[in-house]
Amino acid sequence: MKILVGVKRVVDYNVRIQVKADGSGVATDGVKMSMNPFDEIAVEEALRIKEAGKAEEVVAVTIGPKVCQEQLRTALAMGADRAIHVETDDQTQPLTGARILKAVADKEEPKIVLLGKQAIDDDNNQTAQMLAGLSHWPQATFASEVVIDGDTAQVTREIDSGLETLSVDLPAVISVDLRLNEPRYVKLPNIMKAKRKPIEVLTLAELNVEVAPSVTVLKTSTPAKREAGIKVESVDELVTILKEKGLI
Amino acid sequence: MERESMEFDVVIVGAGPAGLSAACKLMQLAEEKDQELMVCVIEKGSEVGAHILSGAVLEPTAMNELFPDWKEKGAPIKTQVKGDEVYYLTGENKGIKTPNFLIPKPMHNEGNYIVSMANVSRWLAEQAEGMGVEIFPGFTASEILFNDDGSVKGVLTGDMGVAEDGSEKDGYMPGMELLAKQTIFAEGCRGHLGKQLMETFNLRDNVDPQHYGLGIKEVWTIEPEKHQEGLVVHTAGWPLDDHTEGGGFLYHMENNQVALGFIIALNYTNPHLSPFDEMQRWKLNPKIAHFLEGGERVAYGARAVNKGGMQSVPKLSFPGGLLVGCDAGFLNGAKIKGNHTAMKTGMLAAEAIMESMLAGDISSKELSLLDEKYKASWVFDELHKTRNFGPALHKFGTVIGGAFAWLDQNIFAGKLPFTWHNTTPDHETLKPAALAKAPVYPKPDGKLTFDKLSSVFLSSTNHEEDQPCHLKLNDPSIPISQNLPLYDEPAQRYCPAGVYEVVADENGEKKFQINGQNCVHCKTCDIKDPAQNITWVTPEGGGGPNYGNM
Repeated sequence: MKILVGVKRVVDYNVRIQVKADGSGVATDGVKMSMNPFDEIAVEEALRIKEAGKAEEVVAVTIGPKVCQEQLRTALAMGADRAIHVETDDQTQPLTGARILKAVADKEEPKIVLLGKQAIDDDNNQTAQMLAGLSHWPQATFASEVVIDGDTAQVTREIDSGLETLSVDLPAVISVDLRLNEPRYVKLPNIMKAKRKPIEVLTLAELNVEVAPSVTVLKTSTPAKREAGIKVESVDELVTILKEKGLI
Repeated sequence: MERESMEFDVVIVGAGPAGLSAACKLMQLAEEKDQELMVCVIEKGSEVGAHILSGAVLEPTAMNELFPDWKEKGAPIKTQVKGDEVYYLTGENKGIKTPNFLIPKPMHNEGNYIVSMANVSRWLAEQAEGMGVEIFPGFTASEILFNDDGSVKGVLTGDMGVAEDGSEKDGYMPGMELLAKQTIFAEGCRGHLGKQLMETFNLRDNVDPQHYGLGIKEVWTIEPEKHQEGLVVHTAGWPLDDHTEGGGFLYHMENNQVALGFIIALNYTNPHLSPFDEMQRWKLNPKIAHFLEGGERVAYGARAVNKGGMQSVPKLSFPGGLLVGCDAGFLNGAKIKGNHTAMKTGMLAAEAIMESMLAGDISSKELSLLDEKYKASWVFDELHKTRNFGPALHKFGTVIGGAFAWLDQNIFAGKLPFTWHNTTPDHETLKPAALAKAPVYPKPDGKLTFDKLSSVFLSSTNHEEDQPCHLKLNDPSIPISQNLPLYDEPAQRYCPAGVYEVVADENGEKKFQINGQNCVHCKTCDIKDPAQNITWVTPEGGGGPNYGNM
């Protein structure tokens, strides 16, 4: 069995995001980038499934400019067997991303596509669902436990009212949640080995997918700053001010 | 415990200007001499550049030697210095521009560049990797490994996945032994292994104690009409008194950004002084404020620098290893620059290793050739010329000392036939709190001045929460039993990241609290604690600030 894992390059979760002065987006120049944390959990889960003898190969895939190969190297250093880089300098929205992943899945024929439930840069939480729809595959989202049993996967999902356990036939799309696992530390020798593992580079033309943005971002802005408060001396003063402001 | 190990010809600790220049030079020499060389660099920051903080005006001398074609290669060294202004601030609202001829020569910046040293380091790392160097960010060198004969055989990387109580968490990964014929220590100022090496091998015998400064830096995006790319501004005087050395800088970089900061010598005597608050109020002087008003602060960080100069440079070689860059201390205090000397000493170490290697086995040998090369280099020349600059300011205060520095540098070109020494280490200079007046610092206005916590937030510092504290107290009782009554525990103020607090518990008992996760790895506590009771050790790899273009 083969597992395909999606990996996205995003601004590192420790970095304080800065909106570009013209409001066209978030500044990424000279900013630390890393693998989307949810994707790291997906890679870890794929490796655990493989290590449990339930899968033979883990293939990491990313979409984006050349620099995204850094994140593929991280996946390879964690233990993925090989990687696919779909190279494009265009912004990929979830629908395009799902189309590209479908094209890669058609080519690779994995039994499971494991994805992070969302990327921390635009928080869309759409790609896994769209991929399942395009592929006519079952989907299990927000996984907090995955058990592979022959041709089915039992997936425990975190939902508002508690936990829900699904059984899906493979091939299927599974999107992972925060509590599924704790990704491993990467070992030094594995980083060196990862440099020699193969990365296959594909173009959108080869996959026969066009980048067609269906959503236009009008504006990006920082949250409004909180105004400094004032200290009042007494309850009466507080009530007076609240009345003045028309709040009570 | 049996640990995994990997062998290299050379292991370099720290991917800063010194370590990476050593790596690049080693590979260049290996190619020239047709030698196979395995070189590895480990870096505690989560990526190369994440822990690099520098002014920075770069004097390109060493870069010209290392990569004569750095321009064609696309080095991020683009903003040439176009204006050079020095102000003497006489008060909160006043300052006078110092005429050019009155400025000590080493402070002139013709031909230099305003850079982000973090970005220059990233570029150097790309060059090094392109030549086959293995660079591992996110890995600390936590311990020195010794052979039975006492020579250095490499370093141990830090364990990952250790809980606060010392137990192993899920996914625990023991550190690895990185073994090398020669280990180059390039940790930067007050490296925690460098400190141990100086002690173990008596490298500081017959030299003055190292002297330090604390640099606190911010990056601002300012209004385009106020931006003058290439302008360099330095200030002396206010808010410091005549007996406290230090000064401010403001450099106009690219993209409407300015890098600004304040350096305070850590031999200050008033335990109530807060370098952070001095830096914040310094920005209120109109000479600085007029650039910043209407702008936005985008980054914050701090780092100790060494400024002892020639008199404080230790022996650089010991069996199995070498000290380079600020780990040894080559900053030229008169120029306020250390990147070019750090790079050059890294390159000298590479030369010393290659020349010795061609002559025979270098495993665990002491390559005193580096000490010879340093003495014969322009690094030594320039530190020798400016050797009395720092001690003059220390002996006579900033006004008379500054006047001497001008005479010494502009008239006598550093050739006066005497050398002054400063033998009091920085941790011994504090006066008792009762004998010193506490400065009154203005409340942060949220526009030009800020509090510590919102500042630390902009350093993007992060440490895995559940891990042992990386700031060790040799005697946990000293902060409350000695430092508090005597010096009002100065750690509360000298730490620019709010790591140290004295808090009262529910019974009103005073307690010393260490918020290690705030740490920006500046090392000031390790330097300034009057009891020398705080030891900075490496936290889990990848922890610490995540500087962008600092």
